[in-house]
Amino acid sequence: MLTRRTALFQLSAASLGLALANMPQRRAEAADEIVVGSLLDSTGPINIYGLPMVDATKFAIDDINSSGGVLGKKLHLVQFDAQSNNQLYTQYATQLLLESKVAVLMGGITSASREAVRPVVDKYGALYFYNEQYEGGVCDKNVFCTGVTPAQQIGNLAPWAVQEHGPKFYTLAADYNYGHISADWVKAYLQQAKGELAAQEFIPLDVVDFGSVIQRIENARPNVVFSLLVGGNHIAFYRQFAAAGLNKKIPIVSPTFGLGNEQIVLKPEEVEGLTVIYPYFQELDNETNKKWVAAWRQRYGADYPYITDSANTVWNGWHLWAMAANKAGSLEPAKVIAALESGLSFDAPEGKIRLDPQSHHVVHTVHLAKVNDKKGFTIFKSIENVEPSDTKQVCDLIGKPDQHTQYTPKF
Amino acid sequence: MDQAVATAVGVLFSISTLVLLALGLAIIFGMMGVLNLAQGEFLTLGAYTVLVATSHGLSIWAGILLAPFVVGSIGVILERSIIRFLYGRPLDTMLATWGLSLALVGVMTLVMGPTTEGIATPLGSFEVGRYGVSFYRLVVIAISAGAALATYLALRHTRAGLIARATMQSPHLVAVSGVEPQLVYMATFGAGAALAGLAGAVMAPLTGVVPTMGLAFIAKIFITVMVGGSTVLVGTVSSAGVLGLVESAVSYASTPMYGQVAMLALAMVLLRLLPNGMSGLFRGGL
Repeated sequence: MLTRRTALFQLSAASLGLALANMPQRRAEAADEIVVGSLLDSTGPINIYGLPMVDATKFAIDDINSSGGVLGKKLHLVQFDAQSNNQLYTQYATQLLLESKVAVLMGGITSASREAVRPVVDKYGALYFYNEQYEGGVCDKNVFCTGVTPAQQIGNLAPWAVQEHGPKFYTLAADYNYGHISADWVKAYLQQAKGELAAQEFIPLDVVDFGSVIQRIENARPNVVFSLLVGGNHIAFYRQFAAAGLNKKIPIVSPTFGLGNEQIVLKPEEVEGLTVIYPYFQELDNETNKKWVAAWRQRYGADYPYITDSANTVWNGWHLWAMAANKAGSLEPAKVIAALESGLSFDAPEGKIRLDPQSHHVVHTVHLAKVNDKKGFTIFKSIENVEPSDTKQVCDLIGKPDQHTQYTPKF
Repeated sequence: MDQAVATAVGVLFSISTLVLLALGLAIIFGMMGVLNLAQGEFLTLGAYTVLVATSHGLSIWAGILLAPFVVGSIGVILERSIIRFLYGRPLDTMLATWGLSLALVGVMTLVMGPTTEGIATPLGSFEVGRYGVSFYRLVVIAISAGAALATYLALRHTRAGLIARATMQSPHLVAVSGVEPQLVYMATFGAGAALAGLAGAVMAPLTGVVPTMGLAFIAKIFITVMVGGSTVLVGTVSSAGVLGLVESAVSYASTPMYGQVAMLALAMVLLRLLPNGMSGLFRGGL
């Protein structure tokens, strides 16, 4: 029988339980530490990109701290695993900005996750770095995109593929904002290179059966399959393509393959010869990279699978921010942004990079490479200092600073 | 002509995968009325069995052979410890098996890691005109047909099958005849889990193996079994046939997404018109 006593007891027990469960774990922040935030995917289908990026984040923070920190203080990293779930991106971004009060937020992997975080950052006037390859066009005073963009990747990959293999392309793209916008860029650059598009298909991120897709490719008989597939589930395409014997007949080129270490999950016979283009490869032969790879291997084990371009981009993002904060002598977003716009350059593992003040993007030297038989890549051509022209030609954040948008190509 | 052959193989493959995936749940749900939401995780366990087997040097076929036994045993253990207390309580069973599903995903993530792993598709391909067809797809069709046939023969022509069917109809009479119904339930659940393990093992070379891979299949499995109705074989095979045909036909004509939409739309129509599922169209039968 429910008496008043039992009801009161149960209600107070329940509310106490709820309060305890929701109490935030607050670690007493030392006065000589700067709190910074990172938001990446360690679990779920996007973790193929996220895991090396999480490792790079921790490595970068420790490196900055061991070289004196920022403004004489050490960085304290608060990071969350968004579990490949965009709702969690918005939730954790808000939490990092409001509760942890981070000096800078870095994160987001898929373009969908970035666009889930950007409105939160704009709302609270915080500083945000998106350290990953994407479709270009973000023009936002609070945001810096250090990854490689279509002008740098597709702009060089498409003309090379037309020259090397032929003019008829079949585009396969992941079915979300990155896939659609990048497919538009493929059309644009293909047109410039006098090629023709046989067809383009958009595949949802959770599709694993590519039988019908492969058959349509066989029907169309293109010279090249241009792959903008993303995520753990899409690895099945390369496997099924090879199982149908097509990897020996139709070459695949891709600006996304390898970012998730697909060449390690797949067997060399399945993808050998697939051509990719990135600013960073673990095999790069410059001094900075040789030391970096050695230090990485020492920290994470000599049998670490492969250090991806995303890991290099994350490393660069953290160091550029630390440089700018030190230069500005302050953590205030407006002052750090001004320092970031002063024309910084950094000696990255990929080589010397320059942060373009106008567009908030990075000038990259890109390399064309083929998948080799050692679960890595062999570089065969380099194009120096490619400007992020896809964004730069529409975005001038110095002349017109109050912008918080993303431009997309129109045809 | 060669396109027709390639398409036919693709359609048969779609139907066969549905049959193989759904057979385990058809036994568990069709014969015991247990709504097992952890069925996708039994699939994943089967896929991981093959992965572990191949990483220890066994051939992929040994792994596929081993998977039903491993997952069947796990099924028996889970039945004894969790499921058997919940017979006749469908909502509680759903809750318990949903929790079980989350727990299994967690355990697999802890033990095997959250990264997508892969196994190469064995056997290569052959040419049909200018289309490449993977041999492994033919193997999957064969295994699926074999599993369905084996289930039919076991249920129809063995004493164990007879006891199983009798227990589902009337446990009390079976108890009176000297057979312990609890043992029959345990064996049936184990058989359903074993079939799921086999399905997962067979699918492993075709998709990436990751702890959450069950999610990609569980909806299709449930829909196939619900549309199939209460007869284990006739219902499941006819349901898989109809749904698989529509899904692959529409996929080939346009894109995989529309294929899924068409399959779901058809499932809704069939459930509306046939309250007992496809089983309602056949009088009796297994």
